[in-house]
Amino acid sequence: MEIKVCGPGCASCEKTQKIVEAAVAAKGIAATVIKVKDFQEIAQLGVFSTPAVVVDGQVKCVGRVPKQSEVEGWIG
Amino acid sequence: MEPLRPSGCNCTAPSADQAATPQKMPWGRVAMLSLLGFGLWLAVYRQLDPFSSYLTHTLLTIEQGSRLGEAVRFFLYDTPKVMMLLTLIVFVIGVLRSFFTQERTRRYLAGRRESAGNVMAALLGIVTPFCSCSAVPLFLGFVQAGIPLGVTFSFLIAAPMVNEIALVLLYGLLGWKVAALYLVTGLLIAIIAGWVIGRLRLETWIEEWVQALRAVEAPVLEQKLTWPDRIDQGREAVRDIVGRVWIYVIVGIAVGAFIHGYVPEDFMASIMGKEAWWSVPAAVVVGIPMYSNAAGIVPVVEALLGKGAALGTVLAFMMSVIALSLPEMIILRKVLKPKLIAVFVLVVGSGIVFTGYLFNIVV
Repeated sequence: MEIKVCGPGCASCEKTQKIVEAAVAAKGIAATVIKVKDFQEIAQLGVFSTPAVVVDGQVKCVGRVPKQSEVEGWIG
Repeated sequence: MEPLRPSGCNCTAPSADQAATPQKMPWGRVAMLSLLGFGLWLAVYRQLDPFSSYLTHTLLTIEQGSRLGEAVRFFLYDTPKVMMLLTLIVFVIGVLRSFFTQERTRRYLAGRRESAGNVMAALLGIVTPFCSCSAVPLFLGFVQAGIPLGVTFSFLIAAPMVNEIALVLLYGLLGWKVAALYLVTGLLIAIIAGWVIGRLRLETWIEEWVQALRAVEAPVLEQKLTWPDRIDQGREAVRDIVGRVWIYVIVGIAVGAFIHGYVPEDFMASIMGKEAWWSVPAAVVVGIPMYSNAAGIVPVVEALLGKGAALGTVLAFMMSVIALSLPEMIILRKVLKPKLIAVFVLVVGSGIVFTGYLFNIVV
């Protein structure tokens, strides 16, 4: 499973990154978590407000920090 | 797919570390509690003036009319007053913003033509959650949706310039007339500058890869929110925004208090008064590299006004500090060619200078 966390690197992007990593650890799933910082790359994923989480190419949330329970739902 | 909730401001989106969601309250109780809260707020707010007097002159026994007394009273009165106003407005705007996500604004503006589009974009710029670090994705989203460049700029100018913190501070410290003046001129600058940029047909001055985005699909992710959800978002906004800017407010008021008590009357008249014609453009130029948020700048502005600075000059300075920020330009460079950024600064700067002169003449 491939999880992309999109955001230029501000505080809430970092928070999202940590939450996603925690969710992956909690679920015990083999997944790679990738930070996407480049605006062009972010936009080409169809994401136009950050932070955003993309799981296996599917945009799951944009413009807010998700809850850990939500993320676990997306990857479980 | 899981239900999704729209955000508050992107870069300050509330943390969701706490796994436990607060229990949903029934409708009636939310309304009752809001009303009760507001009543309590009003009662405390009305006692601030006598209380600060009592604190300064009776409790701290600082002589009435002395310089120290003026400064201390100014600080003790304005700090709680501004913090209370700030909390109330941030809460109200937080609730209001739960109706306006960036996605919704984008879809709404996509069908608009110029002119009407410029006006709508400037108005939506006030209520749509936005911050300078989300400027680039937002810009890209607007291009992707086919929104005209001029309309996009109207939004990008209004969003930082007409912000709720600036308005509440202007209202609290300088009265509703100045706040209204700021709101109206800020909107007009955003509308006119955006319209001018649209007329100039500068679409080719956007980086090429941005143009290619029109082919990209943006997924639609939304969820219906209940009133308790929206109240919750208001609370989150207060915790987040007030938690972040309170220190600026206190430092700003402390500087203001010092100027208020110790700088002689009319000291600023020669530098920032009406007679010094060069002071308006100078204020704009000085304001560009200064990056402060409204919370820190308004108390200083109030104190400068009290010492003989002209209203137009001071407003121009404040608009320049808030609306033309160097960090935002650097971040926009990723999607705009330098020529377009220069045009943006020139058009908005001219608008601000014009406003400054206008107020110096009229008021």
